[in-house]
Amino acid sequence: MPNKITFCLTAIFTLSAAVAAMRLRNPVHCALSAALAFAGLAVAFLGLDAEFIGFAQILVYVGAISILTIFTVLLTRGSEVEQRAAIFSRSWITGIAITIGVTGAILLPVFSSSLSFKTAPVAASAPVQSIGNELMTRYLLPLEVMGLLLTAALVGAVVIAMSDAPDKKRLVVPASVGRASVTGFSSEVLPAKAGTTNQRELTTV
Amino acid sequence: MKEVACKSTWPHGRHALDSLMTMLDQIFVTIKQWLLTFIPENLHPIGSALLSIVAIISVFGTAFALTTILERKGLGRIQNRYGPNRVGPCGFLQPIADAVKMLTKEDIVPYAADKVLHYLAPIVLTVPIWLAFAVLPFGRNMSAIDLDAGIVFFFAAGSASELAVFMAGWSSHNKYSLIGAMRGIAQMISYEVPLVLSTIPVLMLSGTLNLNEIVNAQSGFAFGVGKWNVLTPWGAAGFLLFMIAATAESNRAPFDLPEGESEIIAGYLTEYSGFKYALFFLGEYLGLFAVTGLAVTLFLGGWNAPLAFLSVLPSWFWFFAKFGALIAVFIWARGTVPRLRFDQLLNFAWKFLVPLAVVNLVVAGIWHFASVSWPAPSLSRPLEYLETVAPRWLACAGLFFAAYEILGRVLSLKRAPRTYRYAE
Repeated sequence: MPNKITFCLTAIFTLSAAVAAMRLRNPVHCALSAALAFAGLAVAFLGLDAEFIGFAQILVYVGAISILTIFTVLLTRGSEVEQRAAIFSRSWITGIAITIGVTGAILLPVFSSSLSFKTAPVAASAPVQSIGNELMTRYLLPLEVMGLLLTAALVGAVVIAMSDAPDKKRLVVPASVGRASVTGFSSEVLPAKAGTTNQRELTTV
Repeated sequence: MKEVACKSTWPHGRHALDSLMTMLDQIFVTIKQWLLTFIPENLHPIGSALLSIVAIISVFGTAFALTTILERKGLGRIQNRYGPNRVGPCGFLQPIADAVKMLTKEDIVPYAADKVLHYLAPIVLTVPIWLAFAVLPFGRNMSAIDLDAGIVFFFAAGSASELAVFMAGWSSHNKYSLIGAMRGIAQMISYEVPLVLSTIPVLMLSGTLNLNEIVNAQSGFAFGVGKWNVLTPWGAAGFLLFMIAATAESNRAPFDLPEGESEIIAGYLTEYSGFKYALFFLGEYLGLFAVTGLAVTLFLGGWNAPLAFLSVLPSWFWFFAKFGALIAVFIWARGTVPRLRFDQLLNFAWKFLVPLAVVNLVVAGIWHFASVSWPAPSLSRPLEYLETVAPRWLACAGLFFAAYEILGRVLSLKRAPRTYRYAE
């Protein structure tokens, strides 16, 4: 019984955070709500006695992925927030369509698979040692392939970030570009209710 | 382990002294058991957890107060001045005065700030850090929870601090706050890599993620000296890398760029005042304490005594003695090393610490396979023991040192003058 209560609370928490992540208007708020949803998922894993996966979920998703999302939000332009707009986004019809599409794409193979619902669920516990053994023996090749892929992505990211032509350095940048490049991110994604004085401050740095 | 100890001066005293010391060693465990007898049986798990929480909060809260005053006095000495010396004897009641001041100050929130996030940021920073203390073994049988994946839990608990720093910097709606937050996040992400990589040799060679078992793996003595990880080549190198990365991870000088007072006022703390500011302060010190406790656990033998005859003293004494010594090193470094420039900071992490940490993994592997294929004879034959262990030690240390030298020389080659992309 206490397990069910915990699960319900976790589920409500995770789902509301996920809804907030999609419904809120300010992209930074969305990213932070997504981090909350990730944390809720980690609690759900812990409730299933999957200690290692739960902690890894927090470490990777809350610690790294959400920061990555936030960096992406701040570094890309075109995420302007209208002043005095409603805090909820109005593009919810598109959102629902995408959600149904993605959920269907995941659920269809699951339901049509011969594996699902045939075997009774066992109380599986995944001690760290067995995860490690499996990763180092049975799943060694996928692990190495993932490692190679990530390294390639890392090197690629560095190469893209480094491509600055030396002659561009002394260009006089227009104010709109300068604003983004001085601080490294656009001022439009700063909290709504932004006074004009603060925006001018950023422009004149 | 205990038998080696205590040269008793009176004939029947040895046994009495031993049992007294055992009692002292387990005194906190005994007190907890005794307190648990007052509550009904079915509430014991909750009661036990609550008692551990109260103990951890009070001990490390006090350590926070003590460290602030000792740090200010120590920095004062280093900078040739007195430091706080007005409140109480020798100024030692200063933390209380500070706390009263912080609590009674007005809480100012900027008009343009994102109020909710501005309010939540100090909480998100401070609360998860407390969780990290739950897995640290403070003494024999003295860790709040004994987790299989203890070290993963430790790092997971600390991972929310980056989000908190971002929330503080972004919600303040102040350019200095935002720059400070961006610096803080970049620094924390960069130094988390060498921090975690430098712990991996310890995990590899003790074969567990459980912090209690890591401490047990370091128990025992060779020639009266504790078998600490720091006394092996990979352990010494890992310890140094870990301490450097830990300094940066807890945003302390010389890596205090996110707060750099002379450049960006106080970084993400600029718009905070009163108790929220104090919470940030507390959170940063708690992060430092947690990571110091982890350094003691992983490299300095946890609660094990350094020398065999010293193991009469209680285990928790040794943990906190090492803990205090490391905190003193952090204060010393803060007083003596100047702040880095930001590009130096990131280059140092990615071009120097990360490669060295990877080399250290290789060194640990060599050490392991050398000891498997070439086991050392028992300790009863010291000369043969040394003859087998010394070459292995020197080879591993030499490998790491060669990597250090080559990397250092390559990185310090003179290159084209530094270009300033945005400052011209």
